[in-house]
Amino acid sequence: MSKIRGAVTVDTERCKGCSLCIEACPLNLLSLADKRVNHKGYPYVEQKNWESCTGCTSCAIVCPDGCISVYRVKE
Amino acid sequence: MTKEEIIRPENLVCAKPTLMNDAPMHYCPGCSHGMVHKIIAEVIEEMQMEEKTVGVCPVGCAVFAYRYLDIDWQEAAHGRAPAVATALKRLWPDRLVFTYQGDGDLACIGACETIHALNRGEKITVIFINNAIYGMTGGQMAPTTLVGMKTATCPYGRDVNLHGYPLNMTDLAVNLEGTAYVTRQSVHTVAAIRKAKRAIRKAFENSINGIGSNMVEIVSTCSAGWKTSPVKANKWMEENMFKYYRLGDLKDTQEIRSKE
Ligand SMILES: Cc1ncc(C[n+]2csc(CCOP(=O)(O)OP(=O)(O)O)c2C)c(N)n1
Ligand code: SF4
Ligand code: SF4
Ligand code: SF4
Ligand SMILES: [Mg+2]
Repeated sequence: MSKIRGAVTVDTERCKGCSLCIEACPLNLLSLADKRVNHKGYPYVEQKNWESCTGCTSCAIVCPDGCISVYRVKE
Repeated sequence: MTKEEIIRPENLVCAKPTLMNDAPMHYCPGCSHGMVHKIIAEVIEEMQMEEKTVGVCPVGCAVFAYRYLDIDWQEAAHGRAPAVATALKRLWPDRLVFTYQGDGDLACIGACETIHALNRGEKITVIFINNAIYGMTGGQMAPTTLVGMKTATCPYGRDVNLHGYPLNMTDLAVNLEGTAYVTRQSVHTVAAIRKAKRAIRKAFENSINGIGSNMVEIVSTCSAGWKTSPVKANKWMEENMFKYYRLGDLKDTQEIRSKE
């Protein structure tokens, strides 16, 4: 059976750490980077357990700053 | 499969709309303004109206909207966006013309321009970002501030005996004969964002086709003015704002006509 696999990239310099994407991910795959900030001083988001990402795009859709790109493939 | 094998240009399914440029937006983290900018960009792209759209910016936090979306823009004096949009659309009838206004801009200083442009049936779309507060100037009470809601200028909460009642401009717009499509949406979940996008598309199509006026209110958050986090602001909005500002289409003359 083919499996849908996804992965996301975050424009960490554009990210403001608002956490709306973290709330929106149904699989809880996103979190704020630990004790690190970008050049504006905002904590930024990282995708940690990316292996289970389905590429559903929820995180990217709710990001007000358009920081997230989602990629999806059929394995 | 490695992450590198998935992250390839041919596998891209969702990203920042190309009409939204790389200039960092000055909005606070999680601000609804960014979200609405994004869906406006997507709708204009989908309609292939990139070269034929003119937006009119307000005074308020969105005063710099023209920096972020690569379409034509005109800045208006505080509250006067619907008057400026009227002139633009009359002089340039083949353009998609919309205003982008906050609640202070639209419901207070610009209430007159808004009501008259809508009542004249100008072939424009009014996008109304209602966060129930003056975000830009530090969180003062707006005409739209909810009863009991605390702001910098009503620290004990809005009191109807002192401050009167919240002004519901979108409900008012329904009763104006010039309006064709009037709707109230939000952008706090994936489903809400999809609906809001469809609403903006419908309003924009009406505006292009000379069917007007059109008003799309987006019930929004201002976590800075509300003094909370963006995630909690969304919850507060769901629990408090939606009771007074009910979501959904309020008027659609085209739908009525198609059923007749
Ligand atoms: C003629 C005039 N009066 C008052 C102001 C001050 N002022 C700037 S923005 C604003 C209200 C902003 O509130 P809103 O329209 O709700 O926009 P938001 O920042 O909440 O998006 C006011 C009163 C001004 N710039 N010009
Ligand atoms: S694409 Fe979907 S599953 Fe993957 S991180 Fe984003 S919200 Fe989570
Ligand atoms: S929604 Fe966007 S800006 Fe907010 S934390 Fe996520 S990636 Fe950063
Ligand atoms: S003050 Fe409020 S409306 Fe203005 S950018 Fe900040 S969150 Fe958005
Ligand atoms: Mg406001």
